[in-house]
Amino acid sequence: MDPNEPQNRINEPELHVGPEYAVAERDVSELVTGEIVTGSSLWRDAWRRLLRNKLAVFGMIVVVLIALSAIAGPAIIKQTTGFTYDSIPKDTTLLKSIPPFRGPNGEFSWKHPMGTDVAGRDILARVLSGGQISLMVALIATLVSLVIGVSYGAIAGYLGGRVDDLMMRMVDVLYSLPYVIIVIVLLALLPAKTPTAQLAQLFFALGAVSWLTMARIVRGQILSLKNQEFVLAARATGVSTPKIIFRHLVPNALGPVIVYATLTIPSVMLSEAFLSFLGLGVRPPRVSWGSLAAEGAQNLAVYPWQLIFPGVTMALMLFSLNFVGDGLRDALDPQMRRD
Amino acid sequence: MLRFIIRRVVIIVPMLFIVVTITWALVRLSPGNFYTGEKKLTPAVERNLREKYGLNQPWYTQYRKLLWNIARFDFGSSLKYEGQSVNQILWRGLPVSAALGITAYLIALIFGIAMGTFAALRQNSWIDYGSMALAMLGISIPNFVLGPLLVLLFSLTLFWFPPALWNGFASRSIVLPALTLSAIYIAYIARLTRSGMLEVLRSDYIRTARAKGLSERQVVMRHALRGGLLPVVSFSGPALAFLITGTVVVEKVFALPGLGNYFINACFNRDEPLIIGIVAFIAIAVLVFNLLVDISYAFIDPRIRY
Repeated sequence: MDPNEPQNRINEPELHVGPEYAVAERDVSELVTGEIVTGSSLWRDAWRRLLRNKLAVFGMIVVVLIALSAIAGPAIIKQTTGFTYDSIPKDTTLLKSIPPFRGPNGEFSWKHPMGTDVAGRDILARVLSGGQISLMVALIATLVSLVIGVSYGAIAGYLGGRVDDLMMRMVDVLYSLPYVIIVIVLLALLPAKTPTAQLAQLFFALGAVSWLTMARIVRGQILSLKNQEFVLAARATGVSTPKIIFRHLVPNALGPVIVYATLTIPSVMLSEAFLSFLGLGVRPPRVSWGSLAAEGAQNLAVYPWQLIFPGVTMALMLFSLNFVGDGLRDALDPQMRRD
Repeated sequence: MLRFIIRRVVIIVPMLFIVVTITWALVRLSPGNFYTGEKKLTPAVERNLREKYGLNQPWYTQYRKLLWNIARFDFGSSLKYEGQSVNQILWRGLPVSAALGITAYLIALIFGIAMGTFAALRQNSWIDYGSMALAMLGISIPNFVLGPLLVLLFSLTLFWFPPALWNGFASRSIVLPALTLSAIYIAYIARLTRSGMLEVLRSDYIRTARAKGLSERQVVMRHALRGGLLPVVSFSGPALAFLITGTVVVEKVFALPGLGNYFINACFNRDEPLIIGIVAFIAIAVLVFNLLVDISYAFIDPRIRY
């Protein structure tokens, strides 16, 4: 325990001090137990708890794998084989549905691991491109619902009284309406002109469907945090109300928000998929998992792989996301209860 | 309690008003008309059409007429299906959708509650993990993937059930659609039942029942289920809303002549009276059903009082 020897703690700079300053520079517990102690926070505890949940870890790995292949896949496939989600082969003898791992004459080939669809487009490329769109829509729509829901719930929770009553009454009313029906009407009747506008419309439509429960959850958290001393201190020092809500209260309410956001992603993905299945979501030429499933379902009896591959990929992604969400909820729960 | 019911019934009218207004506004704002087809109409024909359907009048007049008609439950005639009133179409489509939905929900209740109860009784066993994994699968496989897969397996390979179309409620054509629709609800109900039962089985009155010497079966069926099923009952409200959207997809996959199918076709055809009719009907159904569910709380759990 020579104070002039370099410490083996990672963040500790080398200290050359004389023995008379030794005690002040050292962690007291180290003297007592002889062990080196590193600090930990609630978040790190929760992360460790999450890692102990095997299902959640498995889910996270699968999600990361699929996400990476969706992000990088189409570009790689385009570089190596030239297939994109849209590339129709110029050789007209290839314009038929080829089964997985087969060439046009039935011989074994590595060219199309997932087969082709009726127009000769490679399904692997389409599934990965569809994954890009589905993931993007799910993430951004969840973000939209997060922003709307957190703001609404935080404001309602903090202001309290009649404003809160009115706002929550509106949420209850909206909750009992068949929201998705109106969204279907909206998307069917007001198609946007350009593909980007279509996607933007989809983000807002899907975000608008799922913010209600988020608002309720955030309001509950804010209500329980509202009477704590740090809020009183902030008010006493003259912090303006919006700052109190968004800079002080909301960051402390993040636990359940994260859990619910992680559970919203698969549900939004599912909504987008079924809207695309009905022809209302992502429209041609862009593909998403839902529209791929719609095409595959038409030819199911003869070319089942056209439905099976997009369907299984989507099911796998949703499966894993749900496991991650559940694991997060279990990991953050003791922390949430401590609030 | 009576005041609660009256308040909820009274609020149905303004909600309906809001829903109808929003839907009508969306239809009116949308580009395209119901009479735009492949052929371009001559101006004279178009003028006559507009006059016949009252589209020449200013929009507030049409809106006022619409509200007046709806108050008398007269939704008008469908624009695309010639000569049929919306009420006739609703009357025809409702039995199909209702039969499908009710069957699916009953299947979901039976299997879901059974699975959840067994999982709760034998916690952390293989039954528990297996059921919950199966439930997770049910939530993750979309119904438009599950439906065709079931058709592939049971219809086209095994020839047990017809792959599509409706032959009446008591025939085999209801089985696959109902199974597809019920899958996700079996999953949710199993999870809810399991967590509800786990909580209830720890409580004191269950311990008393067991100490009294009641068989496990009596303990569960007569005492535990009542409390443990409360989350399932409260799930029924939003479940109906999801069921409606699920029905839309299932009816498309299996080509069933139900309200969902009519609704989607009406949206694509810009058939305004039919759209408004179906949306209004669904809104009323959802509101009434939610009210019934809330009332039933008071009967199930005596501690809840309005």
